[in-house]
Amino acid sequence: MTAFILRRSSQSIIVLFIMSLLVFSGVNLVGDPVEMLINPEADQAEVERVIKELGLDKPITEQYWYFLMNAFKGDLGTSFIFGEPALKLIVQRMPATIELALFSLFISLIFAIPLGIYAGLKPESKISKTIMAGSILGFSMPTFWVGILFIMFFAVYLGWLPSTGRGEIGSFLGVKSSLFTLDGLSHIFLPALNLALFKLSSVIRLTRAGTREIIHQDYIKFARAKGVAESRVINVHLLKNILIPIVTIIGLEFGSLIAFSTVTETVFAWPGMGKLIIDSIYNLDRPVIVAYLMIIVIFFVFLNLLVDILYTLLDPRVRIQGSN
Amino acid sequence: MNILNRILIIMIGCLLSNMALAKDLTVGLKSEPSSIDPHYHNLGPNNSLSAHIFDTLVGSNENQQHYPNLAVTWKPINDTTWEFKLRKGVKWHDGSDFTADDVVFTSKRAANVPKSPSGFGTYLKGKTFVKIDSHTIHIKTEKPYPLMPNDLSTVKIISKKYGEGASTSDYNSGKAAIGTGPYKFVEWVPGDKIVLKANPNYHGALKGKPAFNKVLFKPIKTGPARIAALLAGDVDLIDSVPPLDVARLKKNASLTLTSGPSNRVIYIHLDQFRENSPYIKAIGGGEIKNPLMDVRIRKAISLAINRDAMVAKVMEGIALKAGQLLPAGFHGVSPNMKPDPYDTKAAKKLMADAGYGNGFEMTIHGPNDRYINDAKIVEALAQMLSRIGIKTKVETMPKSVYFKRASAGGPNKSPEFSFMLLGWGAGSGEASSPLRALLHTYDKSIGMGRANRGRHSDPAVDKIIQQALSTVNADARGKLLAEATEIAVGKNYGVIPIHYQMNTWAAKSSLSYQPRTDEYTLVMGISNN
Repeated sequence: MTAFILRRSSQSIIVLFIMSLLVFSGVNLVGDPVEMLINPEADQAEVERVIKELGLDKPITEQYWYFLMNAFKGDLGTSFIFGEPALKLIVQRMPATIELALFSLFISLIFAIPLGIYAGLKPESKISKTIMAGSILGFSMPTFWVGILFIMFFAVYLGWLPSTGRGEIGSFLGVKSSLFTLDGLSHIFLPALNLALFKLSSVIRLTRAGTREIIHQDYIKFARAKGVAESRVINVHLLKNILIPIVTIIGLEFGSLIAFSTVTETVFAWPGMGKLIIDSIYNLDRPVIVAYLMIIVIFFVFLNLLVDILYTLLDPRVRIQGSN
Repeated sequence: MNILNRILIIMIGCLLSNMALAKDLTVGLKSEPSSIDPHYHNLGPNNSLSAHIFDTLVGSNENQQHYPNLAVTWKPINDTTWEFKLRKGVKWHDGSDFTADDVVFTSKRAANVPKSPSGFGTYLKGKTFVKIDSHTIHIKTEKPYPLMPNDLSTVKIISKKYGEGASTSDYNSGKAAIGTGPYKFVEWVPGDKIVLKANPNYHGALKGKPAFNKVLFKPIKTGPARIAALLAGDVDLIDSVPPLDVARLKKNASLTLTSGPSNRVIYIHLDQFRENSPYIKAIGGGEIKNPLMDVRIRKAISLAINRDAMVAKVMEGIALKAGQLLPAGFHGVSPNMKPDPYDTKAAKKLMADAGYGNGFEMTIHGPNDRYINDAKIVEALAQMLSRIGIKTKVETMPKSVYFKRASAGGPNKSPEFSFMLLGWGAGSGEASSPLRALLHTYDKSIGMGRANRGRHSDPAVDKIIQQALSTVNADARGKLLAEATEIAVGKNYGVIPIHYQMNTWAAKSSLSYQPRTDEYTLVMGISNN
């Protein structure tokens, strides 16, 4: 196991390096940040001062070298727009995004798995057909549009939930999150549901497919023949076996929830990393774009590792290569 | 018992009066400021926010007219010296006194903030601040400098006590964010909210005592989400209402919409410096001498633009036809200039006279996320120009790509495009701002023509602009600026104005917002209906 983790880590350093090279040269090809940032009334002298201040007067290779040197020291550059360390800006907004992703994951799992199992067990029933039709809607409707629709219905028309922003922040066992206050929960519900919709649909379909396949396996038939209670057949024999593909998908998709919650965060003005990256791309805040993508790469590498380890726990047949 | 009753009544009275005062306000903003430091980033959203916390010497009202703010009077006492008398009895938010030392300190810091992506150096260079007594300042320049009040209406005065050694982070955290303005800084959670509270000791130069106890700014970037937040009652006021929604929202009795012209003109820059312009070809694609060098062609293009249709159809009626660089009412605007009429016949004749009776091919460029409906304006322009025989192609792109190419995308960092849509907001609130940046000959050494992307150049215009910039008498200067506009725009067609952008604010019906030409959203401009 240790050898496996070590090998994975060294691989990810190579991935990080290649990624940094790609992203750095990529963002530096596009546009001119000074044109974005400066007051149009500024004269040529002021423009030159800003170019120098941001270090854009140096050749791109030199800029990259500085970036690498500083990155080794844990400094991923300073935001052009905010004048603060890019890493600090991202870390500042990370809790909001993570709580949104966790909550939407929670919503999608508590609904998707029971619904999917039901649809798998009774594929011909009307309810199952409705669930499946609904799941098609879930991933074919654009997030932006659904988000606005949610706001119009739940916030404007019914007036039940707030339309925008993050709620009050509470603290529980030293962890600060808006999930710990009622106001916070009322704010997070709509964006989380919006973000969960796509995942909800794919997990329903995955669960259903898994259930359909496994329910005909010999061990299920044997368990039933042995007289094991139906609830135990479903909750233990079935559930444990359909979880493997679901864990893979959830692991990867949790990463994408965090990395690409940009649309939902923009619609609901959620102060997370997604909104930060979108604003940074619009305004060519290069250091923040680079730092963000580096962090996301680390995130995905880590999640993949976690998924691989979880596999072995769920299915003893799967052995990590190199562990013995 | 009697006493107890009285105390009870007084207590209830206090409670009620407190409740009457304790009004809170939530504002939904399209763009979030990048800092609380008033000298860090000289851009609209930042200047707008810091105007709540900090004051300038010279105030700038909703029409960008000056009023006494921290300075009560200002006048030139000789050719190279301006005298500013400061307001007495002004207190900083911590209770200490505002004096001339704070102003001198500000003049040193404002242009030298580390990492500033757009500073105030443009407004402060060449000026020496001298303290005469605790409430008098002399500002010396090398040459006569008439735009002193305009320049000083942009720079926020900070406290020396808190500003010394303070970094931008110290302002963002609130440690140094001590001003003299109507509201005190409470908290900034980036991406989420900015909280201010009333300053009961405000000197009152702008609309008297603060009307709200607590103010919350929420950045809501997307238009539909901003409108939804207002409709849901989560915010009390929003800025930048998209024109498409204005008509529908106006019918809603629970809202008050206010629109007003801005200082931003939407115009066309035309390549006037290349014999062969890269995006202009003869019909069929052959090389051709750049027709935009000929003033008759430029005039023909102006006559081919149906500005009424542009305003009514493309801008949904939320814009004003433009015939020069600033709408009426601003200093230096010409009273003689009107928007060109729509006259394709005259335009075609001009084309024929200039030897382009068969037309030519041209690609027109524009941004698609910078000005209100910018991509649609470019498309409409293309259709209008094709009616006089100019075969047009349209290319629009995000501003992050567009502006670099428009300014320096060509060889030797020259402007790349032949024909491009742009906008100019006159931050100084008078006509010298667009004239020196857009129509003066591009000249790095004297800081002129920085945004002259068509490289229009007319020595006669340059001379008048420079003369105006050293004329202290306001009336005489205004006449010179008007004259320069009449030649550069009216006669030379150095740029072709299309319309002045209008901005719309929407508030819940109990409030209404006084539109500002500088596009700022100031809580001080909100009144109760």
